[in-house]
Amino acid sequence: MSAPNIATKSDPVPSSQNRASHAQSGPIRRFLNATELDTRMLGMIAALALVWVGFHIFSGGVFITPRNLWNLSVQTSSTAVMATGMVLIIVTRNIDLSVGSVLGVLGMIMGVMQAEILPQFIGFGSPLMWILSLAIGLAAGAAIGALHGVIIAYLRVPAFIVTLGGYLAWRGAAWWVTTGRTVAPMDQAFALMGGGTYGAIGSTASWVVAAFVCAVIVWGLYSGRKQRRRFNFPLRPIWAEVTLGVLACAATLAAVWVANSYEWPSRVAARYAQANNIPIPEGGLFIAHGIAVPVLIMLGVAVLMTFISMRTRFGRYVFAMGGNPEAAELAGINTRRVTVMIFTIMGMLCAVSGAITTARLNAATNAAGTYDEMFVIAAAVIGGTSFNGGVGTVAGAVLGALVMQSLKSGMVLMGVDTPLQNIVVGIVLVVAVWLDTLYRQRAK
Amino acid sequence: MLEKATPLVELQHIKLAFGGIHAVDDVSIDLYPGEVVGIVGHNGAGKSCLIKVLSGAYQRDEGKILIEGKEATINNPRDAKAYGIETIYQTLAVADNVDAAANLFLGRELKTGWGTLDDVAMEAETRKIMGRLNPNFERFKTPVVALSGGQRQSVAIARAIYFNARILIMDEPTAALGPQETQQVGELIRQLKADGIGIFLISHDIHDVFDLSDRVAVMKNGRMVGTARTEDVTKDEVLGMIILGKCPPAAVPGPGAIVDA
Repeated sequence: MSAPNIATKSDPVPSSQNRASHAQSGPIRRFLNATELDTRMLGMIAALALVWVGFHIFSGGVFITPRNLWNLSVQTSSTAVMATGMVLIIVTRNIDLSVGSVLGVLGMIMGVMQAEILPQFIGFGSPLMWILSLAIGLAAGAAIGALHGVIIAYLRVPAFIVTLGGYLAWRGAAWWVTTGRTVAPMDQAFALMGGGTYGAIGSTASWVVAAFVCAVIVWGLYSGRKQRRRFNFPLRPIWAEVTLGVLACAATLAAVWVANSYEWPSRVAARYAQANNIPIPEGGLFIAHGIAVPVLIMLGVAVLMTFISMRTRFGRYVFAMGGNPEAAELAGINTRRVTVMIFTIMGMLCAVSGAITTARLNAATNAAGTYDEMFVIAAAVIGGTSFNGGVGTVAGAVLGALVMQSLKSGMVLMGVDTPLQNIVVGIVLVVAVWLDTLYRQRAK
Repeated sequence: MLEKATPLVELQHIKLAFGGIHAVDDVSIDLYPGEVVGIVGHNGAGKSCLIKVLSGAYQRDEGKILIEGKEATINNPRDAKAYGIETIYQTLAVADNVDAAANLFLGRELKTGWGTLDDVAMEAETRKIMGRLNPNFERFKTPVVALSGGQRQSVAIARAIYFNARILIMDEPTAALGPQETQQVGELIRQLKADGIGIFLISHDIHDVFDLSDRVAVMKNGRMVGTARTEDVTKDEVLGMIILGKCPPAAVPGPGAIVDA
């Protein structure tokens, strides 16, 4: 038993990420071990597939259609963006109850900026309008988040209390911005952030995005393998690498294909054709939506947040603090500063979600984001973020948001009443966390 | 002799109180390069509090810390690490949900040219040092919470010695270990001592202390009963110091000693 690190390299079990401690030799187990896929994540995807198929059958075949899936992706993005930040907060054993209210006040600020204040200086329809509005929203979000963080970290008020106060205060502040008046419409470029017929990038650009993502996947697998070989670490078998690459690329292409199968409404397409002197072919003009802008924003945020949580010092500290705050402190981590940074990021993500929500409504209302905190927390928790701290992934939270939204929108399609919808979502949340607890106990 | 040189560390008249309770009361102790000083005493005698002052986890109320004769400013664990003081805590203080490499480099991560974490390099370094410390260790990708007590211990020790510590504080390093692992820790201490590292060894296992220490310091109720060279005193005499606070003739009495009539 001496120095076995090299001897065991061909055996993938000890190095495998999934926590199954006993190697069973079934083909599924072998596949999971070789690809090092997270079984928990796979379980979630399976659950999502089940939900989709179930709704598809019970709604009479309208759930798994390009149109519904496209709308689903747009509806998910606002919650998913905030859920990526909520992961970091819950991982460090904090909570943020104020995100919906912060979204509301930031949406109002951005709305008033572009509809009333900025036009005085740069004029209506200025190309700078959406950038400035968003920048101001992000700055205000960062300030609000930092304020929460400072009170939590330095004044030692529990996050639950600080953000409960924020929940009330910022909702009031949202009303105060215009004393309750709804601001509309938004700047045209800004409104693209909300999706809609024009707020999508079209089929060609969508395929370009898909090709880029596939290239990144392949490059990531290749460079990961090269790194591991450089340091003589255990390598995945080639067939596993190829399978992973093919699966990931196929999923990407399939998603884009769905987005590209959803055509513009025929009247909008006809108007567009008229305006641009395009002859309308027989059977109508097919113009694809492609990926919606808010979905692109959400994907960008998810990639960025994954990068921050996995590849930076800050991310490492977040997870270390969550697992054992005392150990992190003793290791010399400035835990207070990290806490302030986490809440600052959360505030900025609220601004992004606020922009998406406001743009989608094409109006800023002081009620925007009501109950969002509940859905955001639920998305993070369904996505595997543990309230005991230290555990959670950004990808899981995005998937969790998708599950929540699928349930909501599926029940709407089936004509379920709102009160019953809430009952179902509540039960699903509790059951999901219970199943997760069972899974973790077994995994130990 | 050792006593002629400048001590590596001198703690002078350290006081630490929580509310009205004096956890550490006017304690002075020193440590020379290549020396192991055992600190013994009952639970609650103030051993852990004393060393937490040195490691920066607690801030002292009074007293001075000198490192190589110069007064040192230690207000938090980062300061202590900057002086080359590394600590292995009784509770191990490992971050449970990240792997061995992440723990080893916690707070001092290696970075790539892009400023991102260089996990591969960190794992490579971890494999190197763990290969020396605990050749049986192979669960490099597992969160340390899933490791055995001995494996967690070796992670904590690896973290303490990897960064060229000059002063090592070990708080009950063998409490969680089986006999074979305890022996490994003993060998490690001798090896580090030979490298000229000064070690404070906190333990309430008096056999460990006699096996490994050059000097023994006894604390009782937050006060220093006395210090003695291990070879000059018997285990019974040290037990007398621990239980009764009675200082044998071969020991240097401290402020906490009961003066014999």
